[in-house]
Order: sequence, then structure tokens, then C-alpha cells
Amino acid sequence: MKRFIIPTLLVLLMAGCSSTPDAEQDAAPVDSRSTSGGDVATVTANGVDSRRLPPELTDPRSILSRRSIYFDYDKFDIRPEYRDLVTAHAKFLTNNRQFRMLIQGNTDDRGSREYNLALGQKRADAIKKQLVLLGAREEQVESVSLGEEKPKNLGQNEAAWSENRRGDLLYSGEF
Amino acid sequence: MLRPSLSLHGLGLIANSVLALLFLSLTPARAELTIEITGAGANRIPIAITDFGGDLASARALTSVVRGDLDRSGMFRMLDTSGISMTEKTSPVFDDWKNREADALAAGSVQAGSGGRLEARFQLYDIARQTPLGGEALTSSPNMLRAAGHRIADFIYEKLTGEPGVFSTRIAYVVKSGAARYELHIADADGQNAQAALVSREPIISPSWSPDGSRLVYVSFENKKPVIYAHSLVSGQRIVIANFKGSNSAPAWSPDGRRLAVTLSKEGGSQIFLINSDGSGAQRLGNSSSINTEPFFTPDGQTLYFTSDRGGSPQIYCNRLGSSDVQRITFEGNYNVSPRISPDGKTMAFITRREGSYRLAVMDLASRQVQVLTDSTKDESPSFAPNGRMILIATEVGGRGVLSAVSVDGRIKQRLSISAGDVREPAWGPYRR
Repeated sequence: MKRFIIPTLLVLLMAGCSSTPDAEQDAAPVDSRSTSGGDVATVTANGVDSRRLPPELTDPRSILSRRSIYFDYDKFDIRPEYRDLVTAHAKFLTNNRQFRMLIQGNTDDRGSREYNLALGQKRADAIKKQLVLLGAREEQVESVSLGEEKPKNLGQNEAAWSENRRGDLLYSGEF
Repeated sequence: MLRPSLSLHGLGLIANSVLALLFLSLTPARAELTIEITGAGANRIPIAITDFGGDLASARALTSVVRGDLDRSGMFRMLDTSGISMTEKTSPVFDDWKNREADALAAGSVQAGSGGRLEARFQLYDIARQTPLGGEALTSSPNMLRAAGHRIADFIYEKLTGEPGVFSTRIAYVVKSGAARYELHIADADGQNAQAALVSREPIISPSWSPDGSRLVYVSFENKKPVIYAHSLVSGQRIVIANFKGSNSAPAWSPDGRRLAVTLSKEGGSQIFLINSDGSGAQRLGNSSSINTEPFFTPDGQTLYFTSDRGGSPQIYCNRLGSSDVQRITFEGNYNVSPRISPDGKTMAFITRREGSYRLAVMDLASRQVQVLTDSTKDESPSFAPNGRMILIATEVGGRGVLSAVSVDGRIKQRLSISAGDVREPAWGPYRR
């Protein structure tokens, strides 16, 4: 089959409120499109740019540079070893109200992608609940799930799976 | 445009096969799905498709599409017709075809018509009854000749099996190539003619076709979180259906195309909502604090099937819209997920965990009888063909994602794989209008 892709059209769509009828929702994406001569136009999704963070969040000597919390199989409670880590991040959010945090919950890749998305959400929600309990504001923290889609370790054994059952903490500028 | 695999395979191939190297270098960047049959129906109909007459090159291409479609369906046994020359105008010698044990015969031709278009004609015969079963005349532009072939195969399939064929339908699926390249592809049901609808550095999951086939909804992670988009295929225009605080996932169209059932975590946990197909009016269903996800409408639009862990393990439940009564559907085993209801509303396809493996199963909804259809280890994301005969799933072979189409009785199995990457998240599109 012939498959010569000739971009004949490049459209930049400005993000705006018009395409999101619900004020509760975030804005539409900025896309680029091309037509390939077939009856399906190809869209290229744009990523998100990162900004610089204060050193205390990135310095390897600072506890705040540790951003991953690991979970046991089919478990959603935060293990005691992460108490100091969660407390430190809650304190940072309390002292820096201008900062927002995105918590991404993750699972291993066994089973349904959508069900795993729900399991990852449960992990992210558990971390958020703890942070809010320790002083972070509800609106500072968003808990979301990446399910099984972003594994840290691609292996198919317990060691790999345990690395993938985790919550990652991202600050404004990192998401 | 060279496929990346050229550099990977190149070195080892130079010594033993110059031809293979040449072949690779000519393969376009976007590799096509290849289909391999791994099973066939019990009572295949013996059919003869003679070489179409007329314009030789077009006729040969058309004949091979028709034969390929019918053969891969697992419902037919193709008889050898070499050396026989006939068209739709030839009167068949029925006794000859009877001796060749044909139940049916199709013959036709392709001619150049006006304005550079091609005219394809064919006639189908019942050999036992010695009668014509009808035929069609189709005009087509040269680059749509494959589509004409699928139309002819659909006609023959329906006349001989009593059910509509799905050779003219399309499928959507996601190809992951490399660590950070995800493409949402639309291809013909035979895996040919693949086109990318979306290219992204982040995962794309859960594509679902609008009932009219013009749009897909899916979950994209391009904003570092799951967001639901509706995507018009011809224009490439996308709108956000759900980008609420938290995760937005598992979109499923209502049969009338006006609403979607989705899973949102904006109120905490994963809960099912109904939302208009323009993204407005999100409305929560149910008050359970457990996980509720993977909603799927019955064909009458009145009931939702979904996955929930409210009983301690993930199981499938159903809920008639407007009623608070929720009924548990699956009981065997401790992991039953991803319910999809057949177009006639009688069968549910789902994924069940048996002995640590995830397998495609079907349940007869009237008797609640369950049949496990595969012996794979990682089946996912079932999707019914619009005629309800086949179920498309994602599975894994040798650590690589492939698609598999399995007949509802489990006898016929086709495997669709792509050499360039992992194929996953299939969705079978509706009949084309």
C-alpha cells in the first residue's frame, strides 16, 4: 500500500474556553494536524513544558527530593517507612501555599488497563488524604492515576512489579 | 521513509538474504497489520470465486480482496478455480460445479468506466438449487478498489450465512513503538490501509467509536493525567469531553450517540458519570464508595454494565438507568472485568482471571452460562464486531502485544500483529453507512 505522508495542512488551534462548555473543566489542547490524503487526519499531541524548581525540592540531600511512595500488592495504605517523607511534603505545601502538587498513582501491568487506572487512583487518593490531614490544602493537591501505563520497570517479575506499584509526587512546573 | 527496523535487522541479514533487505528497505514507515488464522469454523461453506474478468490488474486485485476476506472469516472453504475463465455474464455449468463440491459460486468483472472510474459487477449462484442469489454493480475510484472488494465480500457473506458481513468496517487500535511513541490507528477490518489519527509521546487508551463511526473517544495522557477527548476522524478536530480535577477515563457511547458513560475521580475514588457528548452536564450515577469503572451500555441504552470491587474483588455488575437496584453478574473466580455487551444484547464478553491468566470469556446473559474462549495469559479490552460474530481482543504473544479476533463460539481465531511495535486497545467500528 502507498503511504506517502504529505502534510498539506498545518492548523494551530488556540486553547480557549469555547470548546469546553463546563467551567469546572480545564481547557482544550493545542494540536497540530496534517492530512495524509486518506480520510483520517493525523493529529500530533503536544506535551507539557517544565519550569525550574527551588533547590530544596531537587537537592538529593533534601528529603523533599524523594518523590516516590511504594505500595504492597493490592494495598493502598501508606507504609510506616514513608511517614517522614509525607510529613515533609505536607510541611512544604503548608509553608508554600503558591505551590501545587500532582500525585500520580501507578500499578503493575497485570489485568485490565481501566481497572488498574482505578487502583492507581486509590493509591494517589490515599497519599492526598494524608497530605491534607497534615496541613496541605485540598485545592493544592490533585490526585490522578496513570494506571499501568507508565511502568518504572518493564520486567515481568515481582521485583519489577513492586517498583511499579507507587505514587509519584510532582510539583508545579513538573506537570 | 525507512522503517526503523531496517537498522536493527540490517547487519544480520546482509550475509544470508539480500532480498529480505531490499524488501525491508521498501516497506513504508507505517507497517501494516498482518493477519494469521489459527482456527476455523466447523462447517465451512465450500465456495468458488473465479478470477474476475475485464481489466486484468484491477480484476486480480479485486478477486484477491474478496477471496482473502471470505477465507479469513473462517466460514468458507475456498475452492481452486484455476484455469476457469468466466464473468457475471457467463451462465455457469451447475453440474461441473457440483462435481467440484461447490455450494456457491461467484463470478464477475472489472471494467474501466467513465471519468477514470472502475465498474465492478458480480453474480452469486447457489449450486445445489441451480439459481442465482443476486449480484451488484459497483463503481469505484481506482484507489477505492479494496473497498469495492469488501462490499462484494459482505454481500456474499450475508447471502450465504444470513448475517451481515463486517469486511467493510474499520478497527481502531493503539501502536506503541519505542519508549515514548503512541499512535492511534484506524485500519480496514483486514488490517490494511492503516492511518494514524493521533500521534503522541504519552499513552492513549480506551478508544471507543461513536455509533455513526465519525468520531472516536479515548483517554489520552498527554497532559500528565488521563483526559477524555472526542476526535472527529475526517477533520482531526478534537474536543475535551472530560478534564475534571483527578482522573477521567473509561468512555463508552450511549447507542444514540448523545451521551457517554465515563469514570471520573473528581468526587474522590473512581465513579461512573453520564456526560453529554459535547462534554457538558456530568451527572454521577450511584453512591457506592467502592471502585466503579468500565461502564458499557446495553444496545437499548437502558442499562449499564460495569466493573466494581464493592464485593471485595473486581466483579461485573449491572444497573438499569434510573433505578438504584444494582445486580451482580459474575460469581466464578475473583477477577472478572471489562464487560462488553453483544449488539443483539444476548451475550457479554469479558476478561476473567483463571489460574493466574487473564482470558476472554463470554456469558449467555439469559442462562448465565460462562465459556472461556482462549488459553492465553494476557487478554484485554474485548470489542464485538458489529454483527456480533467475532470479538476483537488485545493479547500478548512472545512478550509483544498483538490483536486477536475470536469467534463467539471460540472456534475461529485470527491473529493481527504489526512488526514495528506493540499493538493494543482495539475497538471494532460500526457498520459503515
